[in-house]
Amino acid sequence: MEAAHAPAHGHAHDDHGHKPSGIMRWVKSTNHKDIGTMYLWFSFTMFLVGGVMALIIRSELFQPGLQIVQPDFFNSMTTYHGLIMVFGAIMPAFVGFANWLIPMQIGAPDMAFPRMNNLSFWLLPPAAMLLIAAQFMPGGGAGVGWTMYAPLSTQAGPAMDLTIFAVHILGISSIMGSINIITTILNMRAPGLTLMKLPLFCWTWLITAYLLVAVMPVLAGAVTMTLTDRHFGTHFFNAAGGGDPVLYQHIFWFFGHPEVYIIAIPAFGVVSQVIPAFSRKPLFGYASMVYATASIAILSFMVWAHHMYTSGMPVEAQLYFMYATTLIAVPTGVKVFNWVATMWKGSLTFETPMLFALGFLFLFTLGGFTGLVLSITPVDVQLHDTYYVVAHFHYVMVAGALFSAFAGIYFWLPKWTGRMYDETLGQWHFWLSLIFFNVTFFVQHFLGLAGMPRRIPDYALQFTEFNMISSIGAFGFGLSQLLFLYIVIKCIRSGEKAPDKPWDGADSLEWTHLPTPAPWHSFETPPVIK
Amino acid sequence: MNKEKANRRLLTRLSVFAVLMFGFGFALVPFYEKICEVTGINNLIKPAAAIENTQIDRSRTITLEFDANSHGLDWEFKPVLNSVRVHPGEMIHVEYDVRNNGDKAIVGQAIPSYGPKLAAQYVKKMECFCFKQQPLQAGEGKRMPVQFVIDSTLPADVNTITLSYTFFEVKGAALPKGDGQG
Repeated sequence: MEAAHAPAHGHAHDDHGHKPSGIMRWVKSTNHKDIGTMYLWFSFTMFLVGGVMALIIRSELFQPGLQIVQPDFFNSMTTYHGLIMVFGAIMPAFVGFANWLIPMQIGAPDMAFPRMNNLSFWLLPPAAMLLIAAQFMPGGGAGVGWTMYAPLSTQAGPAMDLTIFAVHILGISSIMGSINIITTILNMRAPGLTLMKLPLFCWTWLITAYLLVAVMPVLAGAVTMTLTDRHFGTHFFNAAGGGDPVLYQHIFWFFGHPEVYIIAIPAFGVVSQVIPAFSRKPLFGYASMVYATASIAILSFMVWAHHMYTSGMPVEAQLYFMYATTLIAVPTGVKVFNWVATMWKGSLTFETPMLFALGFLFLFTLGGFTGLVLSITPVDVQLHDTYYVVAHFHYVMVAGALFSAFAGIYFWLPKWTGRMYDETLGQWHFWLSLIFFNVTFFVQHFLGLAGMPRRIPDYALQFTEFNMISSIGAFGFGLSQLLFLYIVIKCIRSGEKAPDKPWDGADSLEWTHLPTPAPWHSFETPPVIK
Repeated sequence: MNKEKANRRLLTRLSVFAVLMFGFGFALVPFYEKICEVTGINNLIKPAAAIENTQIDRSRTITLEFDANSHGLDWEFKPVLNSVRVHPGEMIHVEYDVRNNGDKAIVGQAIPSYGPKLAAQYVKKMECFCFKQQPLQAGEGKRMPVQFVIDSTLPADVNTITLSYTFFEVKGAALPKGDGQG
């Protein structure tokens, strides 16, 4: 990691302020680039931990019957795989991007609150340790699913308390990070950089940060209620005391649906930077992109109960949630249209970042379509809690958010490290990921349509072949990510020197105004934007 | 510096917003209760509103089955009759027996459920032991009434209704005076 930040000699403004050395540089860092790097490494570590959990799940599902793990442990794996991937891998990855890029893209010297930035990162490792420690509590990890529905969660063992506390800490970290991002974008822009000139990545993060500040406290409230129901004699979700377990679902999904966009919107931002750069054209429909993102964010607060069609809602409510949900396809369609129109008649080249962005575009749209299928109430009642849903959200989370994160890493790695990654290996990584991803998850659509329920360690015999295919794909996908680790390490250690602007079409400030690698301190005097 | 002041002001505002949203999560609790009350969802343990149609439909006979469970409680709980055959619109009175076999006084709450689920809105309870919490001393037994009418608009394809009660412990509920270990 040190190599990534070896001082770039020959540039005038990177020699102020000596970098502290050793571990304390990282522990006490208030530098947005260091913190961004730590977020990204933390996220990758959690990605591997969550990935191992996924492989345990897929190993057990390779054959019907119980071979490898006990059902309780299996349930715990589905729970923590979800929690760790959502809160430990994907969200921190995009916060890492935000830290690295937002100050550089708006011409600011650092984030608005550098010390709070340090604290929001260092809250993450303890939260991750709590989630992992939960596995070793009496009774094992809490097998409640990442949604932590009551009454299961109010009856689960002591692991649940660790999980609740971890969610609290993760929430506080996200809220602090978001406040930092909003303040940085609103107050620290270079003179002349109006909001409607912001790179789209900053716009998407501004909107995401508002979503986070609005809904993370609601999740904190929901798990706090679970905690007091468990230990302090309240009855929020306890029918016997006048509460209602369905209430938990409403509060959780009031958080949970915006959370889906918290994951997806920064991914839209990355793709909106990458596609124009490799099309050598400005983004098509910039303003409509901003408005579409904002509409998706606003609509996300009004559709939460489409996760709960089978909970016994009146038909009027089901109709409302169905129509509101299908409405989201409109701004999302605008975005997809704009990305495609950006490429129209562009001078396209297909380096690894572009390949991942195109993989995102294709597979995220496919995941969006299955989402549209699931938004239709009568269909959802049939498909609820089947592998169709699992396939749907892995298309938007893995092929959506994760592929976009890969696109972003390959795109900015030269700027961050000063070195180029190995293009051949990068393309191998893309094609292996793309193929194995589809081998893993495409067949799960068929499993779901045929009625295989999710979160169950065993299944009926007729599902065997598709499950075997899916498990083989999962191991291929997992192993391909080790290639990614190798590519990044190779790039940091021995990649070729990168030029200041390795991508022709890249036009945001970090490419046009800063040397490669980006100096430790940048934009101490803000650039003037015409 | 001016910018620092502006940053701090935004920090305060956003923090207040986050705290308010934490409160909003809790505000959803009474809001949800109100919605359920207004729309009539989930009024399982409240008396039915006045019965509009008291015409007894003698052309139909419905089999009512009774079931009783206790959840995590050492209570013996069973219906006096296992099933009855009734006409829609007829006033029905049945009884349940409950006995606390444990060595501690406990407050329980019975929650009804119906099979098929849609029968819930057609079983109009006027009186039920589930309308209030039931304290039982150690070893104490009780016979408890339920009085209800089956609405005659019950869909024609429903011929059997199962009414099932489950007793849950109400943790932290105050026991009536003079209790204690029995």
